[in-house]
Amino acid sequence: MSQKPLLQINHLKTSFRIGDEYYAAVDDVSLTVNENEVVAIVGESGCGKSALALSIMKLHQPENTKIEGEIIFNGTNLVPLTIEEMNKFRGKEIGMVFQDPMTALNPLMRVGQQIEEGMKNHLKLSKEEMKKRAIDLLDKVGIPNPERTYYRYPHELSGGMRQRVVIAIAIACEPKLLIADEPTTALDVTIQAQILDLLKDMQKEMQTGIILITHDLGVVAEMADKVAVMYAGEIVEFADVETLFTNPLHPYTRSLFNSLPSAEHVQDRLHVIQGMVPSLKNLPRKGCRFADRIPWVDRSAHEENPEMREVEKGHWVRCTCWQHFDFPDEAEVKSYAIT
Amino acid sequence: MVKFIIKRILAMIPQLFILSLLVFMLTKAMPGDPISASFLNNPNLDPEVIEELKEKHGLNDPWYVQYTNWIKRLLQGDLGVSYVHKVKISKLLGERFANTVVLGAATLIISYLIAIPLGIIAGRYQDSLADKLIVGYNYFSYAVPLFVFALLMLFIFGFRLGWFPTSGSVDPQVTKGTLEYYLSRLHHLILPATTAALLSTVGTIQYLRSEIIDTKYQDFVKTARAKGTPEKYVYNRHILRNSLLPIAAFLGTDIVSILGGSIFIEQIFGYPGIGQLFISSILQRDYSVVVVLVMLSGFLAILGTLLSDIIMSIVDPRIRIEE
Repeated sequence: MSQKPLLQINHLKTSFRIGDEYYAAVDDVSLTVNENEVVAIVGESGCGKSALALSIMKLHQPENTKIEGEIIFNGTNLVPLTIEEMNKFRGKEIGMVFQDPMTALNPLMRVGQQIEEGMKNHLKLSKEEMKKRAIDLLDKVGIPNPERTYYRYPHELSGGMRQRVVIAIAIACEPKLLIADEPTTALDVTIQAQILDLLKDMQKEMQTGIILITHDLGVVAEMADKVAVMYAGEIVEFADVETLFTNPLHPYTRSLFNSLPSAEHVQDRLHVIQGMVPSLKNLPRKGCRFADRIPWVDRSAHEENPEMREVEKGHWVRCTCWQHFDFPDEAEVKSYAIT
Repeated sequence: MVKFIIKRILAMIPQLFILSLLVFMLTKAMPGDPISASFLNNPNLDPEVIEELKEKHGLNDPWYVQYTNWIKRLLQGDLGVSYVHKVKISKLLGERFANTVVLGAATLIISYLIAIPLGIIAGRYQDSLADKLIVGYNYFSYAVPLFVFALLMLFIFGFRLGWFPTSGSVDPQVTKGTLEYYLSRLHHLILPATTAALLSTVGTIQYLRSEIIDTKYQDFVKTARAKGTPEKYVYNRHILRNSLLPIAAFLGTDIVSILGGSIFIEQIFGYPGIGQLFISSILQRDYSVVVVLVMLSGFLAILGTLLSDIIMSIVDPRIRIEE
């Protein structure tokens, strides 16, 4: 596997305006995606993973969003680019697959036209060439009868078929990086597996790098080479997939794994992480952001300004609290119940 | 589609029948009758003559006899005769119909010409100064009664500035068919059409504005941007087309409703159209005309919804008319 960095995110901070104040939904995130590599970003709802994905494409509303730091794609920093300059990358260099195929397609346009739109923006092809390519793409993403589907409207297709169309749109110009924002969340389980297989095949065939946003650790295990775990706008742990699954260190990562049902031993109750992800306005801006949700860990175990440290080769963890962390028994957890 | 339209037209028959009964009875329930209204307070006329006239025109028959006679003639295409104008109603309508259609079409076109750009600006640049001004205009046009605004326009542009004629649909001195004639008609048209249009934009602007605001945050707009589509096309190809759907839904009823005429506008601007005829017919108890006009507007309303359904099925692929 080549190790040439494709995308380098350095100290990215994405803030949204609420009233007159800006609040950072993505805070000091640094991440590297190499060519032909699948990097998964995991975290629960509201942790900023989608905000991070949209920041790379600069798809947030510009009037309410502030992006600081660097997003270096193949040597170009995307952060200072205007929308017009950004449009040269969107679709051409970076493709995006969205979460909900029911709403990601324009209901008034034929499937074929929607696939061709990206080609129209970036490639100089004749009408016939575009049509041929669109039908090839539909075939490639596993849509039966692509010639007919080309003329279909989105509402005539099932959810799984629509997600295939969304993928066809994303790869229409053979981008070097694909951002998949929860590509299987809105689909039912059998379809999820098919879509993941499709993404894997496309990745192998086209040698693209993929940023896979998900909250599903099963998807991560199946797809990813490396994993970044996000909590409250920060990356709290980063490692390759084997390391993370065999040796998770950060209390949040361990809590996530502990919340999964296991096939090995039967559990009556699953572990529940105390409390909730704080809202954007109430995010703790100082100290370890996860501290409030593991109240049994002594405050002194946390760092004042937690930083990412490499604890073994390629395995990065934020804060020092992991060294002092263990799960208390259930009764003890309850006694710490956060109101 | 053809089958659907035929079905819908057939379904109109019972609707129109019930409407005709209601209208006929309500008109009859109005106090007075056309004969008495024409000769009201005329001491030279013998009440017996009036009674004789009523008897002759069948006005003393019970309502169901009158109704059956009327509907029989209507089905044969005979709309009847106006008591007041002493001419066939079809002839009476024919003259005014053209005027009303021209005025209505002009109003609709001007109204869209104003409303669509304003709706787009307000939606796209939401909360900007331009948006606030447009919404302000909306409140104004919604709040001001048409007859007040029309009188004001008439006073300013008709009387004070003298830019436009204050009544009629054409200068009576020009000969029909000449260029001068058409220019004169246009000149008479501008003020009433603009006045009506200025107050009828509110629905279109408000709908378009909120549709655009709604649509621009939709996922498929993000998909379009993620393809690298320039903003110009994101708006035209994706946002605008989806936002125009509800406007298209109104188009059918709008087109058809212009044929019914505008009572206020025609009355205030002395514009000889269907609306003006309607008012004067009610005041003069010209039953036969009132009934025909109400039937006409009822027919148009039903036709309007049918037209809207057809337009919707053309512009929105999700709506397909089942055979």
